[in-house]
Amino acid sequence: MSLNVLAIDDSRTMRNLLSAALGRVGYSVDLAEDGEVGLERFAASDPDVVITDINMPNLDGFGFIEAARRMTRHRVVPILVLTTESAPELRARARSAGATGWIVKPFDDEKLVWAIERVANVGGQQ
Amino acid sequence: MSAPGNDDFRASFFEECEELLEAMHEGFGIMLDGEADGETIHVVFRAVHSIKGGAGAFGLDALVAFAHHFETALDQVRAGRSEATDDLLALFQHCGDHLSDLVSSSRDGQAIDGDHAHALRAQLDAVIGQVDPEVDDVSDAAESFVPMALDFGAFLDPAQPRPDAPKGFRISFAAEPELFSSGNEPALLFRALDRFGASTITANLIDVPVLSRLDASMSAVTWSIDLVTEASEGVIRDVFDFVSDCAAIEMSPRDAADQPGAANPDQTQDRSAAPLAILPPVPEMAVPVPVPVSRAQGTQSADADVDGDDEPDLRAGLGKPGPGAGSKAAASPQTIRVDFERVDKLINLVGELVIKEAMLSQAVGKMDLPTGNDVLQELDGLKQLAGEIQEGVMAIRAQPVKPLFQRMARTIRDASAMTGKRVRLVMKGESAEVDKTVLERLVDPLNHMIRNAVDHGLESPEKRAAAGKNPEGTVTLSAAHRSGRVVIEVSDDGGGINREKVRQLAESKGLVSPSAVMSSAEIDALLFMPGFSSKDEVSELSGRGVGLDVVRSEINALGGRMSISSELGKGTVFSISLPLTLAVLEGMVVEVAGQTMVVPITAIQETLQPSSAQIHTIGSGSRVLCIRDGLVPVADLGAIFGFRDTPVDLTNHVLLVIETETERRCALIVDGLQDQRQVVIKSLETNYSQVEGIAAATILGDGRIALIVDPEGIVGGIAPAPVNLSRLSHLDPLEGEDLVTA
Repeated sequence: MSLNVLAIDDSRTMRNLLSAALGRVGYSVDLAEDGEVGLERFAASDPDVVITDINMPNLDGFGFIEAARRMTRHRVVPILVLTTESAPELRARARSAGATGWIVKPFDDEKLVWAIERVANVGGQQ
Repeated sequence: MSAPGNDDFRASFFEECEELLEAMHEGFGIMLDGEADGETIHVVFRAVHSIKGGAGAFGLDALVAFAHHFETALDQVRAGRSEATDDLLALFQHCGDHLSDLVSSSRDGQAIDGDHAHALRAQLDAVIGQVDPEVDDVSDAAESFVPMALDFGAFLDPAQPRPDAPKGFRISFAAEPELFSSGNEPALLFRALDRFGASTITANLIDVPVLSRLDASMSAVTWSIDLVTEASEGVIRDVFDFVSDCAAIEMSPRDAADQPGAANPDQTQDRSAAPLAILPPVPEMAVPVPVPVSRAQGTQSADADVDGDDEPDLRAGLGKPGPGAGSKAAASPQTIRVDFERVDKLINLVGELVIKEAMLSQAVGKMDLPTGNDVLQELDGLKQLAGEIQEGVMAIRAQPVKPLFQRMARTIRDASAMTGKRVRLVMKGESAEVDKTVLERLVDPLNHMIRNAVDHGLESPEKRAAAGKNPEGTVTLSAAHRSGRVVIEVSDDGGGINREKVRQLAESKGLVSPSAVMSSAEIDALLFMPGFSSKDEVSELSGRGVGLDVVRSEINALGGRMSISSELGKGTVFSISLPLTLAVLEGMVVEVAGQTMVVPITAIQETLQPSSAQIHTIGSGSRVLCIRDGLVPVADLGAIFGFRDTPVDLTNHVLLVIETETERRCALIVDGLQDQRQVVIKSLETNYSQVEGIAAATILGDGRIALIVDPEGIVGGIAPAPVNLSRLSHLDPLEGEDLVTA
């Protein structure tokens, strides 16, 4: 089975890169350009993993995670936060919102897979 | 990383940068106007942040470093730790300009002056305090992900026997509730250890209470892991990076530890025999003891449902697309991005379609069909459709002038800094749309006009204050659609044109005779004359050897017209009127000596039937036309292009009075007027070569090629300018002088 990943980022460049990188490793990718659209996609596409940026218009990454966690059915869908900083307080904030883990930008295919494989069941492809 | 080699992504990043920079500058503009709401600073911050993020992905270190510094400063304001004073905003704008420069230089692979960045960074520091050095070094950001050598063979096939190595770790792992509520899953983390070596995992069930006592939100199970690996402790700890704050993890070297702390050895699983036989202890699951999750090897069917979803996993082979389905990228619904070449090809084809349609009409016309015939009706429908398609396709090329205007904001800032004049830029109608090519070619002329407005138009703050004006000058850029053209105006609230001074200077250069009677408009028009401005007072800013005459000829080349109006003490307005597209021209189709030609409608002042009373012969056969406000030379369009050489008798001919941008006029003799219509412009230069007096060509409905007349080129050969230009050619091109302010 192919993992379904929902990637949320307001930067088109970042969406392109995420989409390409995730596609290369064989995942299906759904994209959203902010937290609000992300929530819609989240409810509609029932992803296996969500990767979300933090700084976004309309609804930021923290807001997205909190709202997503309130949708009980999706309570424990792994949500990875894309961040350019590894600052501890940012992580703590993401964690308290309910983030599962983080990917520090810039990322590469390997880093993405490594983060995803620690939070989602990618074993089906083995 | 894997992406930088991809030019498409790179190009799209720089495209996005332009949009982000635009949003950033717009944000600063709004903040300066005091109209910012809470979201404005966030928009600006995100723009810079996104540039930084993308730049990092492409390894553009200089860009990342400056963007990071800038972003940190912006964050101070965003977080309310610094106040967005005008001074700080001005600094931010300079930083924004520098960021724009960095983006350009990164795109073009050019080096950029690092001193400037340094100076700006120092200023930022001075304003907001020293930036936390820990976050200052961007390379730190990646510290949590230590590069590692990977054993892919082992990763893909954990069952494969590995050389027995004694090294490794014993790990005890106890999860806190937050581990589960944040979507983490111990089983996956344990499986991730497969990358580094073989592990034996033991679930300790001793603390699991009986069902009636179970607190579902607590994890009563703890795990012991015996990992055989060559990897360092740091690398293994990194596996648990996500849960380091919500799990008690103890690691000790394998050889130094006791037996695996298995309180219940019966639960010990040899993972090579039955891998990952561990429960995903999802908190809401009311199952007290681990249920083995089948992750059978050699079969694809039973897939571990460890994502916390307590429904049976039916998705494995059914509902969701398999790996072969590829990525289903959901694009933003509002816009699509299309290669410009495709649009141009489409425009060209639509042009051909319009021509074909005209040819068809002509052919059908020859058939002499009765009115109301189906063919005629359908043809009308086709004609209308073709027209609409043409309009629609042209609209694709149309772009709002906003980005162009925002570039001018930069010009204003630079000009303001160089002249020491305080200037505010006001933009109006920036949503008006113009053909993309026209927009691109407007950059230089507008830049020049803006600099001119600041340098020559606006007075110094002292002079303004003395005149009772706001010491801060205002330059207004506006765009508006007017009758099928777009009118762009650059106006300043400066001193206006000092016509006396302009006239004096023109006389001193012999451009006008002292006795000439000149209207205000004629004097203003002197500013456009080549070589008008002088070297006497070259300013560093606008005196670059390029005068308004060059600006004007640029505008003319775009099919535009340029004019000035000015009021002493109040200011000056330069206005440019442009066609909406370069692909179509509204023209008068005329007949000359058996040839069909097109005269741009914008140049035609009037058409008239000549009568002998209006025509006077002067000198050796030259003729002039007497119209209301003066005498206009008469020329035969046929003779100009050599279709005939004898001067024609004017009866049964038509005169077209044309006027050029330089307000030179002449009356052209043509044999007859055929039609006024839009013609599709076909470049003569690309297909043949440039011909003097001819602007381009078009294909008519009957399939014949008609040349489009270039009024400027024709009149240049016939009519003198309203003032004496004869001595101009002897003058060197000169540079700008401050003539506008008093």
